[in-house]
Amino acid sequence: MKKIKDIFNLKDIFNLNVRQEYTIAAYVFCMPFIIGFLLFFLVPFIQAVYFSLSSLELVSEGFILHYEGFRNYAYIFFVHPNFITMFFDTVRQMLVDLPLILAFSFFTAIILNQKFRGQSMARVIFFLPVIMAAGIVLRMEEMDYMTQAVRQGQQAEYIFSGAALRNLFLQARMPDEFIEFVLDSVERIPQIIRSSGIQIIVFLAGLQSIPRSIYEAAEVEGATPWENFWMITFPMLSPLILTNIVYTVVDSFTAADNELVQLIRSTAFGGAGFGVSMAMSMLYFISILIILGVVFKLLSGWVFYHE
Amino acid sequence: MDSTERTAIDKTKLEKIRRFFKYRIKKKPVKLLISLIRALFIIGAAYIILQPLLTKIASSFMTEPDLFDQTVVWIPRQFTLEHYRTVWDHMNYPTTLFNSFVLSIMVSLLQLTACTMVGYGLARFKFKGNSLLFGLVIFTLIVPPQLFMIPLYLNFRFFNLYGLLGEEGINLLGTYWPYVLTSITATGLRNGLFIYIMRQFFKGMPRSLEEAAYVDGAGPYRAFFRIMLPGAVPGMIIVFLFSFVWTWNDYFFMNLFIGGRGGFLTQALDGLALKALEGDHDQLGGQYASLINNTGSLFFIAPLLFLYAFMQRYFIESVERTGMVG
Repeated sequence: MKKIKDIFNLKDIFNLNVRQEYTIAAYVFCMPFIIGFLLFFLVPFIQAVYFSLSSLELVSEGFILHYEGFRNYAYIFFVHPNFITMFFDTVRQMLVDLPLILAFSFFTAIILNQKFRGQSMARVIFFLPVIMAAGIVLRMEEMDYMTQAVRQGQQAEYIFSGAALRNLFLQARMPDEFIEFVLDSVERIPQIIRSSGIQIIVFLAGLQSIPRSIYEAAEVEGATPWENFWMITFPMLSPLILTNIVYTVVDSFTAADNELVQLIRSTAFGGAGFGVSMAMSMLYFISILIILGVVFKLLSGWVFYHE
Repeated sequence: MDSTERTAIDKTKLEKIRRFFKYRIKKKPVKLLISLIRALFIIGAAYIILQPLLTKIASSFMTEPDLFDQTVVWIPRQFTLEHYRTVWDHMNYPTTLFNSFVLSIMVSLLQLTACTMVGYGLARFKFKGNSLLFGLVIFTLIVPPQLFMIPLYLNFRFFNLYGLLGEEGINLLGTYWPYVLTSITATGLRNGLFIYIMRQFFKGMPRSLEEAAYVDGAGPYRAFFRIMLPGAVPGMIIVFLFSFVWTWNDYFFMNLFIGGRGGFLTQALDGLALKALEGDHDQLGGQYASLINNTGSLFFIAPLLFLYAFMQRYFIESVERTGMVG
């Protein structure tokens, strides 16, 4: 009797050599993604491009598309009351948050990597936002009465301290944009801390993977901790900065306070229609692609790969 | 013991203590300062992280007058358990909890399987299109899911695999099928990230492990299941936990695939305040709705907190061993 195992023994059936067997195995392992990419990514993507150029009519047995050219895009740019402002607000917000989140998570990861009493407790708490600060609970918080009351109280404090800060900066003749940036960042500290969970994990994992022998060698050479940080820790973590930039951007798509996403949603169901909504997503996507492209171009020469 | 002896002992003790403090204070003032700043930073940030959770817990025991009372911050004056009963009933908690749990477990196990396979394929095999495929994985990550909202909605509403299954489409919305199909093909929520994590993890494992298996006559599948998979458990724990939590919290795909009809925790929480107010829309922004929503949110995240409390040891250990270096 033939064993079940032998039926799957492609090697003997087709008389493959080892190399061919391995190539087939590679495609077998990657098959889920290849199928998924074609069915649930590439086709919907092409459809999305086409939909953004069309108007869509839902009928009982399906949907009918009317090709409209770039009319949806023209509508967004010239007719829609607040897409442009919201778009720039969202993108600006993301660009402000990005360096802050990176800096905070980098700093926190270094602290959590040190040995001190209560270290594991601190880690448990700092990873907690990964679980809590997401999805529907955060959306509820956004519109919650109590959170808003607390926030108003906090804002009053910020305005107070903000005025003092602003005067200080103005006296120091700082540029206006810089003042705005600093004040904006101060106001967003809780938000920044709560959206840094994954980034801390990524940096911490990176710190753990730096071989101790490098530090030992540096110590023998008489390096100070300061030099260790800039010559070893920072370069070794630099590839992870790129990883975290991508993740932070991806995370902002699902953030509860992403107004653009809410606008895209409300436009699709009950607003100006599916076509306009798709065109909005398309513009959002293209702008993110450009931003990431520029960031990678700027950082690529500076990132250090240890291999 | 006479008194001279005692004073002598005391003196040496004192000397020891003095020397200890001298050492502590004179030689390590910088270190002391650093650990003080570190402690302040950690406590401050931990407060900001825990504050929403603590507010929810505190307010779940409060009555409406407590919200107006300026003297009440954390501890309610009129303690009540009424909200817990209301929320339990209106959320239909045991049923919706079970449904959400089954869905999240199913989705995360399927995604884990698919992403582990793809991650291994990308990490360990040289074949034509390997780097292209990896580029595409990253590409799927940076596309906002909103872009696929309408195409996916229509494809699952009239599902015929783009004409392969005949003209008449099947309506898969409201069933588990959209989740199953996107999960086993590694195209669910942020699956690109999971593939990336697993790929990095497998890349970090020593090649000699597989080579030994190959020498012993194992094929690529056997080497994967017997040798590589057991070694990859830390990475898999991270992927499983992320996948579970994100499926649990997600409302984008939930709205898209299931809509308002399903009996999951997400919808139960969404409609909770309205139910508790008996359909009174005007009060939705009010204090009672806030108390109910906060209690409901607690019910919603409680299972995740239990899971996290149970798994945090493995999780943190896994993070240490993952070494997700780009």
